[in-house]
Amino acid sequence: MWDKLPLLSLLLASPLLGVLFLAVAPKGNGRLLQRMGMATSFLPLLFAGTAYVHYQGVVGTLQLAERYPWIRIPLERELLGASTYTLTFDYHLAADGLSLPLVFLTALVFAMASLASRQIKKRWKLFYIQLLLLETAVIGLLLARDLALFLLFLAFALVPMYFLVGIWGGADREKAASRFLVTAGMGVALIATAFLILIGTAGFTVEESTMAFRYSGDLDTIRMNLFTNPAAYVNYVDNPFTMTTGMRVSLFGLLVAGFGLLLPIVPFHRAAVRVQAEAASCISMIHSAVWMTMGAYGLLRFAFVLFPEQAKAAASSLAVLGLIGFLYGALVALAQRELRSFLAYANVSQMSLVLLGLTTFSTEGWTGAVLLLVSHGLISALLFLLIGSWGERAGSTELVRLAGLGSAYPFLTGVLLFASFAFAGLPGLAGFPGQLLIFIGIAKSHRGVAAAAVIGILLLAAVMLRTIQGLLFQKPREEHRGQGAGGGSRGDAALWEAVPIIVLTTLILLVGIYPGIVSQHVEKTIAGFTAHIQSSVEKGGD
Amino acid sequence: MDTSAWSSFNAGDMLRLAPELLLLAGFALILLLDLFLPTARARQVHNGLALAVIAVAAGLLLPQFGMKEPLLFFGGSYRIDPFSSVMKLLLLGGTGLILLLSRGVTERERITAAGEYHALLLSASLGALVMVSSTDLITLYIGLETLSLSSSVLAGIRRRDRKANEGAFKLFLQGGIASAIILYGMSLLYGISGSTRLDGIRESIRTVDPGFIPLLYAAAILLLVGIGVKLAAAPFHDGAIAASEGASPPIAAFHAVIGRGAGIALLLRLFYGGFYGQPVPEGALAEGASLLAQDAFQGILVLAVLSTAVGNLLALRQTNGRRLLAYAGVAGTGCLLLPAGISFSTVSLTSLAELVYAFTAYLLMMLGSYAGLMIVERLSGNSELSGFSGLYYRSPGTAAALLLVLLSLAGLPVTAGFFSKLFLLFGAVQLRMYGIALFMAVASVLALVYVFRLIRQMFLRGEWEASPNANPNDTIPWTLKAVLWGCAITGVLLGLFPQMLLGPITNIFKRAMDFF
Repeated sequence: MWDKLPLLSLLLASPLLGVLFLAVAPKGNGRLLQRMGMATSFLPLLFAGTAYVHYQGVVGTLQLAERYPWIRIPLERELLGASTYTLTFDYHLAADGLSLPLVFLTALVFAMASLASRQIKKRWKLFYIQLLLLETAVIGLLLARDLALFLLFLAFALVPMYFLVGIWGGADREKAASRFLVTAGMGVALIATAFLILIGTAGFTVEESTMAFRYSGDLDTIRMNLFTNPAAYVNYVDNPFTMTTGMRVSLFGLLVAGFGLLLPIVPFHRAAVRVQAEAASCISMIHSAVWMTMGAYGLLRFAFVLFPEQAKAAASSLAVLGLIGFLYGALVALAQRELRSFLAYANVSQMSLVLLGLTTFSTEGWTGAVLLLVSHGLISALLFLLIGSWGERAGSTELVRLAGLGSAYPFLTGVLLFASFAFAGLPGLAGFPGQLLIFIGIAKSHRGVAAAAVIGILLLAAVMLRTIQGLLFQKPREEHRGQGAGGGSRGDAALWEAVPIIVLTTLILLVGIYPGIVSQHVEKTIAGFTAHIQSSVEKGGD
Repeated sequence: MDTSAWSSFNAGDMLRLAPELLLLAGFALILLLDLFLPTARARQVHNGLALAVIAVAAGLLLPQFGMKEPLLFFGGSYRIDPFSSVMKLLLLGGTGLILLLSRGVTERERITAAGEYHALLLSASLGALVMVSSTDLITLYIGLETLSLSSSVLAGIRRRDRKANEGAFKLFLQGGIASAIILYGMSLLYGISGSTRLDGIRESIRTVDPGFIPLLYAAAILLLVGIGVKLAAAPFHDGAIAASEGASPPIAAFHAVIGRGAGIALLLRLFYGGFYGQPVPEGALAEGASLLAQDAFQGILVLAVLSTAVGNLLALRQTNGRRLLAYAGVAGTGCLLLPAGISFSTVSLTSLAELVYAFTAYLLMMLGSYAGLMIVERLSGNSELSGFSGLYYRSPGTAAALLLVLLSLAGLPVTAGFFSKLFLLFGAVQLRMYGIALFMAVASVLALVYVFRLIRQMFLRGEWEASPNANPNDTIPWTLKAVLWGCAITGVLLGLFPQMLLGPITNIFKRAMDFF
């Protein structure tokens, strides 16, 4: 039945349906708006789940593709003697083993975040509209196979994210939103420039038989012209479409800087930390599980796959950057006295580990990076959810204020312990397989870095444990005495908290015990990437 | 100019020139009517009449799109070609929207001279149309002066307002100096070539004695500076900023949109006419002549880069809505100058189409923003940024529409502004001007900052205090909302399907490449 339906378009359009409903709903009725928002956020999850089941991981190719002409701009052709000369951008969606798990993660985290949005106490209409718009943008950019379409979704995502951070957050939310806007906007500007240059050089094709000249934003065309089509103009010297080696290096640099601003790579991490520390916890869930993931996705799909030689040449320096970020994030996290910023720095550390995994250029390392992206998404979403719940109960997320509260809320405490173990990479939980594969990868490619990174892993575990230990084993503060199940102001987890907690916990366990549920989709695609890189680097070496 | 050509002017030609003639008739009619009508009635009548004139003129323009060949009048000094027709349609459309914005402005701002207000708007747009179509130095200059004198007077039409007077005076003074500079450049061109017609100038520069090349450079620089002042491109933006702060918003919008559109057309006519693609003459200094075209267009690019940088940077510091929009306009000039400066080459022949698309996007975002600003000024009684605060609560529809317009201003999807930026950058990339593309992209991050400062006020700030100047009985005319929504929705449509506009335009230009 699903073969007939445009599954990915449905997936993309389903949040917009919610936007439409919400736009006409009355503004004052918070309960109705909440229910509508929550209900519609499950629609994309349904479609994403269907696509996930439907995808054939053993093949590992692009599947579920949909392609329609979108923009056809005729250019002046007379002087070139062409029969047609057009600038073409397509509405082209497709999923492969890299994008599909991330799409599912996105849909899941958005659904969980919208359940957790009970904490949102004002302006529900705008909130859910922005949330669903952001979901559309993120899913769209993960599925887009055309550079212009990707850019459209990426640039659009800035707007709802700005609102979500700026309206429903902590005291410094506006500043955090502005900072986010500038940092991410700069990233988008760099990426846009690089993409346009790619379209203008590698995107140019001539069909010799019909003399049809065409600029195309199609990712496959660009990849083919760059690597497998020696007759493409981009590979000849001295024509308007040549790409020189120097250009390749700068384009790779632009893409790394652009996506590095989103990921974030360490010197650029300030904005991301601010956002996660200031935004409402359901937005922090999305930022850590989806937005950061998107940066890694772009880095892998565009920077590394399109410029393998340059990436390989820069691998060592990127690995060092990743290592610095990994250790730095963990160390700074150790110094935090407040849970949100603590987790934000821990997230920076995890993302640097992903970057480390990407620099290995091995199937293990890259599969591990994707696995870690998925598991980190699940775990950090769960942690932010819990922090939100704790914050509501204790009135603050300062560690001092939370001391000794553990006994009052046994369920929340148990899950927090579980999530922290998972974050630290305890075997049997979701964080483990990804980290393990990354370490195997690094051990092969950069031995020294691997040795240093082991320290980081230990550090991270210590950090996680130290933080929750205070929560569990210290004496409760005076004002908290008698709180909790016994007769405090709030009970243990409410239903709307428990459902996302249980769903995320189950998935973390599932991925931990049986990582194949993710890796079966990922491996083949990643193996395709690494083989492609191997061959093109060898070709370049000749 | 050969005056004997005038005698061959016939009824068919009259029809071709009907839009311009109609504007002239409308101008005269409003001035005459103003003598007889009582003031209160006159305001309504004038606005309606002017709108009708613009609408009919635009309608008369439509048959010109079917033409196969460019038409020449007055011995080749006036020319109707696809470029001029498209630009005229846009300019007339812009003027029409500005007239809609002007409804009720004359009462509100106690402008006693409602007749002059509307008559001058018509004469100014007549000047703009003449500039777009002229291929002779003298007609170009006449069009230019008609436009700039009319708009200087319009800037100061609130006679009792000190700021308006200051702005108008600055504009007049700078405009006068700029006219003198342009005239100097023109006379150098005439002196070298012995012709006032652009094709004549082109012919004689092609075979010019190499000794004249320094003079040609001087002419190019003088023209560039003079037109830069008229365009209010940085670093010549000062007078225009003062004028748009003091003038009533529709007039400021007129300066920003119609003045700039016509100015860009003037620049294109002069530079493509005089300097573009001059083939290398035989002789020792051959290199110099071929460099002339390149350098002249480089000069435009310098102006584009400066305008973008200065406009965006200074807009960051503004706390007043009018000034902010004025600086955003300066930055927008940069976006219009970029495709003008990227001259044709074998791989990029579409910079004209890009320019038209960019101008359309610019027109929509500026007029939409000014409509939004006018609504906010009525609601809060001032034009400070704080006046925008809580707009979402007071008037959610207006806030949503203004959001779309502002996103276009920031170059974010899904709006015309996004694709306008994208195509401009792609134009630069096609010619391998990667540095400029990167610069423009990074500069647009600055635009994000100041645009979101407005959006923050509208959506994030709740508190709102009406300033003492605010009149609670002040109703918002439907025309303001109509213009705002019209600009917002058209912008989004063009942002989703840019080929709706770009496709037809490139087809039109294809049929008559000979812009010269």
